[in-house]
Amino acid sequence: MPSDEKAQVMDARTLDRVLSRIAHEILEHSKGCPDLALIGIRTRGAYLAERLAKKIRGVESLALPVGVLDITLYRDDLSSVAHQPVVKPTQLPFDVQGKIIVLVDDVLFTGRTVRAAIDAILDFGRPRAIQLAVLVDRGHRELPIRADYVGKVVPTTQGEEVRVRLSETDGMDQVSIEDLKSK
Amino acid sequence: MPERFLLTGGRVIDPESGRDGEADLLIQGNRIIKVGNIRKTLVKSAQIVKAKGLLIAPGLVDMHTHLREPGREDEETIQSGSRAAARGGFTAVCCMPNTEPPLDDQAKIRLIYERGTPYARVFPIGAVSKGREGQELTEVGDLFRAGAVALSDDGSPVANAELMRRALEYTRLFGLPVVDHCEEPTLFADGVMNEGFVSTRLGLRGIPNASEEVLVSRDLHLAALTGGRLHLAHLSAGGSVSLLRDAKRQGLPVTGEVTPHHLTLTDEALLSFDTNAKVNPPLRAQGDLEALRAGLADDTIDVIATDHAPHSVVEKEAEFDLAPFGMVGLETALGLVLTELVHPGRLGLIPALRAMSLNPCRILKLPFGRLMEGGPADLVCIDLNKTWLVNPDQFASKSRNTPFAGRRLKGKAVHTLVDGSFALRDSRLDGS
Amino acid sequence: MSELVRPWQRKDLLGLEDLRVEEIRLILDTAETMKEILQRPIRKVPILRGKTVVNLFFEPSTRTSASFELAAKRLSADTLNLSAKTSSVQKGETLLDTVKNLEAMKLDVLIMRSPSSGAPHFLAKRLAAGVINAGDGSHEHPTQGLLDLLTLRERFSNMAGIRVLIVGDVAHSRVARSGIWGLTKLGARVSVCGPPTLLPLEVERLGVQVYTDLDKALRETQVVYVLRLQMERQARNLIPSLREYARLFGINRERLKRAKRDVIIMHPGPINRGIELDPDVADGPWSVILEQVTNGVAVRMAVLYLLCGGEAVSA
Repeated sequence: MPSDEKAQVMDARTLDRVLSRIAHEILEHSKGCPDLALIGIRTRGAYLAERLAKKIRGVESLALPVGVLDITLYRDDLSSVAHQPVVKPTQLPFDVQGKIIVLVDDVLFTGRTVRAAIDAILDFGRPRAIQLAVLVDRGHRELPIRADYVGKVVPTTQGEEVRVRLSETDGMDQVSIEDLKSK
Repeated sequence: MPERFLLTGGRVIDPESGRDGEADLLIQGNRIIKVGNIRKTLVKSAQIVKAKGLLIAPGLVDMHTHLREPGREDEETIQSGSRAAARGGFTAVCCMPNTEPPLDDQAKIRLIYERGTPYARVFPIGAVSKGREGQELTEVGDLFRAGAVALSDDGSPVANAELMRRALEYTRLFGLPVVDHCEEPTLFADGVMNEGFVSTRLGLRGIPNASEEVLVSRDLHLAALTGGRLHLAHLSAGGSVSLLRDAKRQGLPVTGEVTPHHLTLTDEALLSFDTNAKVNPPLRAQGDLEALRAGLADDTIDVIATDHAPHSVVEKEAEFDLAPFGMVGLETALGLVLTELVHPGRLGLIPALRAMSLNPCRILKLPFGRLMEGGPADLVCIDLNKTWLVNPDQFASKSRNTPFAGRRLKGKAVHTLVDGSFALRDSRLDGS
Repeated sequence: MSELVRPWQRKDLLGLEDLRVEEIRLILDTAETMKEILQRPIRKVPILRGKTVVNLFFEPSTRTSASFELAAKRLSADTLNLSAKTSSVQKGETLLDTVKNLEAMKLDVLIMRSPSSGAPHFLAKRLAAGVINAGDGSHEHPTQGLLDLLTLRERFSNMAGIRVLIVGDVAHSRVARSGIWGLTKLGARVSVCGPPTLLPLEVERLGVQVYTDLDKALRETQVVYVLRLQMERQARNLIPSLREYARLFGINRERLKRAKRDVIIMHPGPINRGIELDPDVADGPWSVILEQVTNGVAVRMAVLYLLCGGEAVSA
């Protein structure tokens, strides 16, 4: 366990149960609507979107289209380029026109990432609606953005960070609160 | 009562006689009265100048300088150039005739003498051809009588072989050397740097070694044909040194010259597109640099001359292609030669001093370059170990175009005496 | 697996000679993402909104300046084209004056093309803005080199060992120089071929094999990169005539019979049809010339993006 980890918020089993619940909530809300599509925000949001789609397939044998969005080119602070991985392409293998898009991300914080994601999606067409599903809401919003589906609300301070680890990228499933590493 | 100076405790060197040892030196008026062990008590009313730890040698003589007067006084004048010379330890310079208008008649030669200053002696070199146009011979007799010490069209070669032949023949009447800037114009074309791997990398048009070697070879044949006195200016190519060496072995009375920058830098100095390193002839490859050093060491090359070429900031701070060729050199020459050649043991101290004082005077038949009792008091006092940083903002020259800015050198002229007076004293130019 | 790559740190892009392999790869990877934007219905992203990008071209060029302008616009930057038909000195304004005027405009990126090698370096030293070299004399044309690399990478996913032959006036070609640097850094095996008068001195020291016999050179090569015969930069007597050049070094269908069947043909444009390249080859199945053009906009978008963002450190 890393020394600056303060508290574990979810272990692997909890994370899985939370995703199952969100999947059910999405289905309930949409009343089985055929125009649903999931778009995950790179990097971890994309894997979460894949998992949600799989769960939904398991529950109602519904194959939802899943897309991956890279919002690097829509951010409002260019200087963050320095700390990002290489900007990757956006892959939306469906037409967003008229769809109900559920945006999926791991952590909702200031809301700026979601704002950028909304702008990006609107450049592809005009969806009927955009909803937001997040694994963790850690508060401290700087824009009027709220999530429709929340895994867990985790209050944090500015000096803390919510670290989401997924087996696809980090070898394990876990959500924890850590102290922000000084650069 | 003429002014008297007693320089005590210095290491006195005279390359001609071979003297090299601690001695005192008494100067009265513009002559050296005595050299040896002089008891201060026996000398009345002499200003004592402590020279312990300093080298005292004949004042340096630069036989290849460009003073931009008349025509480009914004870049340099006879006065500013003379001050720069004094600061560099030179008591005399020979200025090239590529001024505007060029020094191609007796009136202009006399003008140079008239504008001389106490900082350094200035000897004009007259043009070979009228207007430096390379067509008609100048009135050599007139130039000689007015005081020209040599002929050259420098800046340009004497491209016409027939004219070069006649110049070498005709100057025999006066014993004047003809100094050629060896460059074959069509091979040089619109080149801006040495043709080699560096020019290939930089995509800049190159000037091949052959451009110089072709003219060196031509001139040597013409010297043999005519018996004239040929002096090859600022050699840069290894092949030129070989040609000169062979010619000397055959007994030809030909002489050659090299600049401190060609002894110190290669074309790699241009990798940053530094226009201050853009010179003509260009800086060449490592092999050429080594051949030049070897040529100096075995007396193939007789003279180290600066080719001091001032240029305004406006003109040099431009695209590489468009910047003029040339760098200043009077204030860095001695430092570079000591730092890069003498201190590391590549050239002896006496041969170095000889190349910068005695040899130019022999070639030009000037009564300087020697340190002896009864001789003229043109001296330089050098601190061999003084380290200093090249700072162009402190130059006495009006121009700043040097690639050596910021370079640490070891060895500097501390006093320069011209005609018995201090032009430079304690590294400060004399105000009067 | 998230790959944290060292971010772009240069203020300017002046050439490929000094770039490290991972920097080249970063640009190419970013360019691939940019290509995706070019497929969208709205071919624009807001990332460079409010940034000012200026084209300063001292040499005529519609295609390169248009490509840069398009790239900047696709990233939502504001663009400005300043072109001078003659050299600045002839106009009476020195390059130094131009620099001072540019500083006053408070631009973010300057794209410069000049007939003088080293001119962009002159500006880069004196401007706070990032400088992109769009071609300086015969020295370098880095974005051309990069778009060529992207095009090749799309064809051959691994560049190591790929045999590339550059044909033509290498001596005067900035495209050739940038190409040689980029290709050798990525591990390709590069050869050059042309008349001896058009091959620069000691060119083999750049790590290339030298041929003067085109037919021999063609036999083993996988890529033929045809250089434009630089008529505007050529001095006399480098070639006796265009006709002779075309006969000895022109790439035509007949010649290609001696090459491998799946050889690909590249050209930086514009083509002197019938001289260095025959029209039926330029338009034929071997040619990837149009892909080069498309990749040009993507590469230039990538370069603009990287130069504007990140922790730029002065060169």
